[in-house]
Amino acid sequence: MCILPLLNNQGILKKLKLNEKNELNLIMEKQRYERPFIVKLNAGLMNKFGTRAENQPVTHIESVSIKGLLKEFGSPLFVISEQKIRRNYQNALRIFKTRYPKIQFAWSYKTNYMNAVCRIFHQEGSWAEVVSGFEYDKAIGNGVPGNKIIFNGPDKSDNDLIKAASNQSLIHIDHYDELYSLIRLSEERNLKPRVAIRVNMDTGIYPKWDRFGFNFENGQAWNALTRILSNSHLELVGIHCHIGTFMLSPEAYKIAARNLCELAWSAKERFGIMIQYIDLGGGFPSINTLKGAYLPGSDTVPSLDQFADAITDVILGYGFKQDELPLLILESGRALIDDAGYLLGTVLATKRLSDGRRATIMDFGLNSLFTSLWYEHKISPAQKMSDQTEEMIMFGPLCMNIDIVRESITMPMLQKGDQVVVHSVGAYNMTQWMQFITLRPNIVLIDTENNTHIIRKAENLAYLEQLEQLPEHLK
Amino acid sequence: MNSIKKKPTFVIAVTGINAIDSPGPGVAVIRAIRDCKDFETRIIGLSYESLEPGLYMHDLIDKSYQIPYPSAGTDSLWERLEYIHKKEHLQLIIPNFDAELFNFIKLENQLKLNGIATYLPDLKQLESRDKVKLLDFGKNHGFYVPEDYIIHEFKELKKAVDDFEFPMVIKGKFYDAVIVNSTDQAEKAFFKIQSKWGLPVIVQKFIKGTEINIAALGDGKGGAISIVPMRKLYITDKGKAWAGVTLHDESLIALARKFIAETRWRGGCELEIMLSPDGKPYIMEVNPRFPAWIYLTAAAGHNQPAALVKLAFGQKLEPFGEYEVGKIFIRYAWDLITDINEFHKISGSGEL
Amino acid sequence: MRVRKNIAANEEGFLFNPTTGDSFSTNSIGVEIISLLKKDISLRDIVDELYEKYDVDRALLERDVEDFSLQLKEFSILE
Ligand SMILES: Cc1ncc(COP(=O)(O)O)c(C=O)c1O
Repeated sequence: MCILPLLNNQGILKKLKLNEKNELNLIMEKQRYERPFIVKLNAGLMNKFGTRAENQPVTHIESVSIKGLLKEFGSPLFVISEQKIRRNYQNALRIFKTRYPKIQFAWSYKTNYMNAVCRIFHQEGSWAEVVSGFEYDKAIGNGVPGNKIIFNGPDKSDNDLIKAASNQSLIHIDHYDELYSLIRLSEERNLKPRVAIRVNMDTGIYPKWDRFGFNFENGQAWNALTRILSNSHLELVGIHCHIGTFMLSPEAYKIAARNLCELAWSAKERFGIMIQYIDLGGGFPSINTLKGAYLPGSDTVPSLDQFADAITDVILGYGFKQDELPLLILESGRALIDDAGYLLGTVLATKRLSDGRRATIMDFGLNSLFTSLWYEHKISPAQKMSDQTEEMIMFGPLCMNIDIVRESITMPMLQKGDQVVVHSVGAYNMTQWMQFITLRPNIVLIDTENNTHIIRKAENLAYLEQLEQLPEHLK
Repeated sequence: MNSIKKKPTFVIAVTGINAIDSPGPGVAVIRAIRDCKDFETRIIGLSYESLEPGLYMHDLIDKSYQIPYPSAGTDSLWERLEYIHKKEHLQLIIPNFDAELFNFIKLENQLKLNGIATYLPDLKQLESRDKVKLLDFGKNHGFYVPEDYIIHEFKELKKAVDDFEFPMVIKGKFYDAVIVNSTDQAEKAFFKIQSKWGLPVIVQKFIKGTEINIAALGDGKGGAISIVPMRKLYITDKGKAWAGVTLHDESLIALARKFIAETRWRGGCELEIMLSPDGKPYIMEVNPRFPAWIYLTAAAGHNQPAALVKLAFGQKLEPFGEYEVGKIFIRYAWDLITDINEFHKISGSGEL
Repeated sequence: MRVRKNIAANEEGFLFNPTTGDSFSTNSIGVEIISLLKKDISLRDIVDELYEKYDVDRALLERDVEDFSLQLKEFSILE
């Protein structure tokens, strides 16, 4: 027996059914339901052609059905597309490689340090960029050779420094205390660490990130370089900066590249040493819309080509000889992973607030979607819905007033059980998420052949309590 | 013989048809275009809200459609324009709002591919005259622009307040300007503008003088097709000209000509000038589109909107000659009468 | 509880309240409910009727109709 659903133009569902005697029967079914809805029209009301209605349903990621994913792995659920990661990486590499001969990416672990994700980047040829002993060990665990690990950040213990120095890792010195520790340790243990300094500077953007590294404008950076170059234990191999994150100005990278070139040039002039690389950090934006931005990120975010032009024009035009051109290292994080990550979730409830606004409560909130503090995430329904849309506030499930996913979003009329897709959540969420009130969900990777793999299991009570210990008297 | 030749009919869509007390230029642009005898037009109004008066002016506008707010982005805008284009076969769009220009400029190529012309500055030109960058612009091109501070956090306000003398002007990134006379007022204005338009907030040196506006049309190659300066005669409490008179002042025309030449401006624009008592013309703002008083240019013999239409369709134009000096416009309010059904229709179907 | 006499919803779902000057927009099921209310049909009977017609969970329908009627009251469409 087969049933063929048909939708006529009144939205009435009809089914053609073949009965036992193979006769076609038309059965009338009930009409599709839509919640009754009324709004007052007033002059200031946004026209319904006016809002960015996110009502195009997204039913698949790559070619895997979202409904199926949620059924199999539960809701909420993080999903990562391996295909997208590889494409993003290859695209970025192509953009820089076609402009500059020596390019190296280093995967910024903090952006997303799921081992599966890191290994995809390493397979593609990425080095590792880490900012703590824990991340460093993770990189080693992922098989990254020590001399391809960049160790950034202000927090490196003596042990970290010794380990990194012995492994020939690239130690990016953040402050004088670290420089002196490293000199002391090298002398004590006769190490010859390969180092760079992190430089901060005014690139005309706001806020100025001047808390990391040595300042360029006041001469601190040059002093630190001098200090390193005149020490027989330290080998100066590079100069580093990371001017900020979600940067919207290619111009700022021009300034950064010029300043780093200037330092490299001075080192060459005064000490006869040509540094091996210039590391411009990360910071390229992903296609997300920053909170408070007037226009959507998809229109305003400059393309990677523009950043690549800005950076490579400066370095190529600075006056280095062809054979002494430094390696250009990039530690791009969010730009390579954000749009490869999705968060799937389910409507827990809908209600009308006392001021008449619609509220939708989702089964994910700030705890899993930390980036909803910065972004107006694009959210799509995961099933076909009627055309009627409404403006709503979207809450998470936590018992906290600040647990808001979107302050205002126009979507189809959601009801309990409806599923949604949050786009571009691959960066920083799976590292900054909080285990607060609820447990963290599964993360699933869709590989390039559309197979699904859990790459991090949903937490359970036992996992969470395994580190807890009860004092005797409370047992 | 000319009379036998049929005049072309252009389908032109125009935004900014909110002819309210702080009016958008759309209705004036349409009026000027309709005045032109060289072509026939079918005018499509594009509106954001259901009470924009132009929607209900059926003798000026043949058909209207609502379009997405600029904040919805180019995808939504394109989707809507595509729908309208299917029905109307648009040939030209003249956007008239600052906030929407970014999107229309971004869509320029896509529109062109679909046979829809625009005549707009490029993104670089648009950004160079942005309020936040105006001072640099002035310095680079040798124009007087009032000193300013671009303020990203409250504590920077003090520096500006110490540096400038009262009164000074506190401005929002997109709109709004408040003249303040004390630190206290400056702080209040800062917070008010910050909450409305976000950061940065601009603190600008106050320039005393005579307010002059110049409407100009550039051909995109550095040439100015028309430049018409206007002295405001009456200013509303919102700072809008309610009456104004065309002037002849070679130095103002030279200033605008230089602006057009240096930026190679394409399309209409308005320079807001403050002529200081010692005769220095300060550029206070550059609006990247026609002003609301643009019909005065047509009345004075330089029909800038009609000229823009011709340029957009690829005609070569010589710069206009003299314009009439001493032409006055006086804006007036008029109660247009319509029926609730029309309001329902535009609100509900987005078309009227 | 009944719909004010001079209020009617047109097919496109627009309502005008001549007493207050307010205009409203509603969807087709809203139009249906308002016209049933105009015929003095009780909310319970309305739910019955709609339940017959639409593919919906009864409890959800009840809740939505009740919420809708609360909104009508807030908007002074019901007296
Ligand atoms: C030193 C360093 N490099 C790279 C990154 C990655 O930045 P993004 O994700 O903005 O590319 C960060 C992030 O904060 C960082 O601190």
